[in-house]
Amino acid sequence: MTDAPMTDVPPSHGPGDPAETTITLPAVPAGADYVGHDGQQLLYPQDAHYQGYPEESVLAGLETREVSAWFGARKVLERVSLTMPAGEVTALIGPSGCGKSTYLRILNRMHEMVRGAALSGEVLLDGDDVYRPGRRPAEVRRRIGMVFQRPNPFPAMSIKDNVASGLKLAGIKVTRDEREHLVETSLRQAGLWDEVAGRLEAPGGSLSGGQQQRLCIARSLAVSPDILLMDEPCSALDPTSTRRVEETIAELRGQLTIVIVTHNMQQAQRVSQSCAFFLATHDTPGRIVEHGPTEQVFHHPRDQRTSDYVNGRFG
Amino acid sequence: MTTLDKAPAEAPAPTAAPTPGSAPEPVATGPERKLKLGGVTREDVFTVLGALVGSLGLDWVLYERVLPFSGALGFLLCWYLLFLVGYYGLGRLQWGGLMVRERLVSVVAWSSGALVLGLIADQIGYVASRGYEAAQHGNFFTETMERTASLSPITSGGAVHAVVGSLEQLGLATLFAVPLGIAAAVFMSEVGGRMARPVRTLVEAMTALPSIVAGLFILGIVILTFGFDKSGFAASLALTVMMMPIVTRAAEVVIRLVPGTLREASYALGGSQWRTVWNVVLPTAKRGLVTAVVLGMARAVGETSPVLLTAGFTSRMNANPFEGHQISLPLYIWSYVKLPVDQMVARAFAAALTLMAVVLILFVTARILGGRAAGEMSRRQKRRMARAERQAAVPRPAAPSFGAAPVAASVAAPADPAVRPSAAAPFRSAVATGEH
Repeated sequence: MTDAPMTDVPPSHGPGDPAETTITLPAVPAGADYVGHDGQQLLYPQDAHYQGYPEESVLAGLETREVSAWFGARKVLERVSLTMPAGEVTALIGPSGCGKSTYLRILNRMHEMVRGAALSGEVLLDGDDVYRPGRRPAEVRRRIGMVFQRPNPFPAMSIKDNVASGLKLAGIKVTRDEREHLVETSLRQAGLWDEVAGRLEAPGGSLSGGQQQRLCIARSLAVSPDILLMDEPCSALDPTSTRRVEETIAELRGQLTIVIVTHNMQQAQRVSQSCAFFLATHDTPGRIVEHGPTEQVFHHPRDQRTSDYVNGRFG
Repeated sequence: MTTLDKAPAEAPAPTAAPTPGSAPEPVATGPERKLKLGGVTREDVFTVLGALVGSLGLDWVLYERVLPFSGALGFLLCWYLLFLVGYYGLGRLQWGGLMVRERLVSVVAWSSGALVLGLIADQIGYVASRGYEAAQHGNFFTETMERTASLSPITSGGAVHAVVGSLEQLGLATLFAVPLGIAAAVFMSEVGGRMARPVRTLVEAMTALPSIVAGLFILGIVILTFGFDKSGFAASLALTVMMMPIVTRAAEVVIRLVPGTLREASYALGGSQWRTVWNVVLPTAKRGLVTAVVLGMARAVGETSPVLLTAGFTSRMNANPFEGHQISLPLYIWSYVKLPVDQMVARAFAAALTLMAVVLILFVTARILGGRAAGEMSRRQKRRMARAERQAAVPRPAAPSFGAAPVAASVAAPADPAVRPSAAAPFRSAVATGEH
């Protein structure tokens, strides 16, 4: 692997003590530590050590330029340009079939696994195009993790092995102690440690749906990605589990960049700092109608269609 | 607070007295009776019995007095058809048309199952009763046929050399066929591409390959062309040809059943295709793969004709599959059952019984070794988990000090007698904590 091996993980990570990370937090304003001294949000907080790896201490942002996508002859995305600021949560909203999920899957090169899928444009991770010729998709995907709509823990693995599976899959060798530590750290980050600490050997499928989803988040975090993509992570969950996942997202804010697709307007408002509204009609491919700070998109939308959508007047 | 966050020890004890203000509790009158769901009623049984008896009587009258037919098979067949008609008629008296048709279908399904079961039982019973004559003597399982002439008594000679040959040939064939078959299945389902279709067609064609052709193929290539002697190894190659397509087909089916979301999850974690197959797809499909292997082994262990042309024949023990002729159980049966000597036929049936026992043992072993469904826990895992849960029920501060622990723990967890730790629990929990 060209990526730095996982070595020497200091016990403290993120904001505060690990033990505090699972305490119930108010919904959104977590991660306030990462707001700059003068109240402005930092795009690249140099002093934020993500998981304590000095090499990766700089948060990476994601930017797309003129991304279009096709399935066969059908065009589904039209010249989407969007900047997802580092360390923040960006929500992608819009009605079904407007290309949000396709866009999300383009970001970590999952789009190309679909037969007949094509795309154009640039996806810049830290200024470097992930579609640059010669760049390995596996390396891109390790840096840009993904959580899916339905929880999908590996059924043949225990909870612990599920969390550590990314190391195995990416071919990263660690010692037993480092592995144990990584499992605990990742589970704490995902807010699941207290619930599963006593049964790490149980199969991942034995957890409830919400716990499974947080297990999948922990699994994604264990390979220390720069970006975490979430494709409607709560749509298969009940309100309680949804709240736990949202708390997890709030706690992760500032530690890495999160892009979340959601159909739930309240959720988008609660968890995200910036927001992009996608829209497609039956004869035009999906495109961004409006994007900006969540506050602005929801309360002072510039476009009438955005206003209609966020206020539930259509879609 | 959510219920998720609540510790199990906080759950109210089931025997707790009703608190004032709570809903009035129903008067307890012993344990609740569970409702009987499904099952058969008296009507069902009597309808079937009535139809059976009535159709038997009618069948007897028809066969013995009216129709110019005779013979057991026709009698049974006719009885079954009359039974179905009779059951329909009896049912029609009690139930509506839709209901009767529904029940008729289920009766047909049940009787088909019973027929299959009966046939299998008949086969096993027949072989067992014929084979018992020779198999009751211990020498059958300890001796070879080296010093046994054709008229020797049944207390001499045996089939141990054939058992050894069968196991070795099957083992070698499994060794060759399983990696090849699973690799081919992985290729077809995971790699795919333009070549997958011809490979699949070829494998399907090979499934239907007559086994004698497999024997001829190895005879022609390995023995006649390359000049190897007939041996257990050559036989195992012929068996591999038979086994591989079955393993491949079955393995491909179970690999395709692995949900695509798991592959996606693996790719999203930065897994390469090879690592995804090795770490995610194959472990998830493990149980099905074991079934695929067992199917292939079941096919191979009973094959006679490939072995007939490639293994040679010997009445002596030959434990080396790579040199000299080697006999296997099917070949042993085939060789001796055609001899016009009662003892030899009895030995052949005993060998058939042994073959069935070998197959049964192989199946059970394979199930035990790899038969757990993905996500199901082994007994060891379950024990470990139960221990961890007991430990979780013990409040943390009680755990470290061994001497004072029983007192502290019983004071700290008085709410529910079920979670009160035994005296040894804190010690175990301390050990377990060290493991993590």
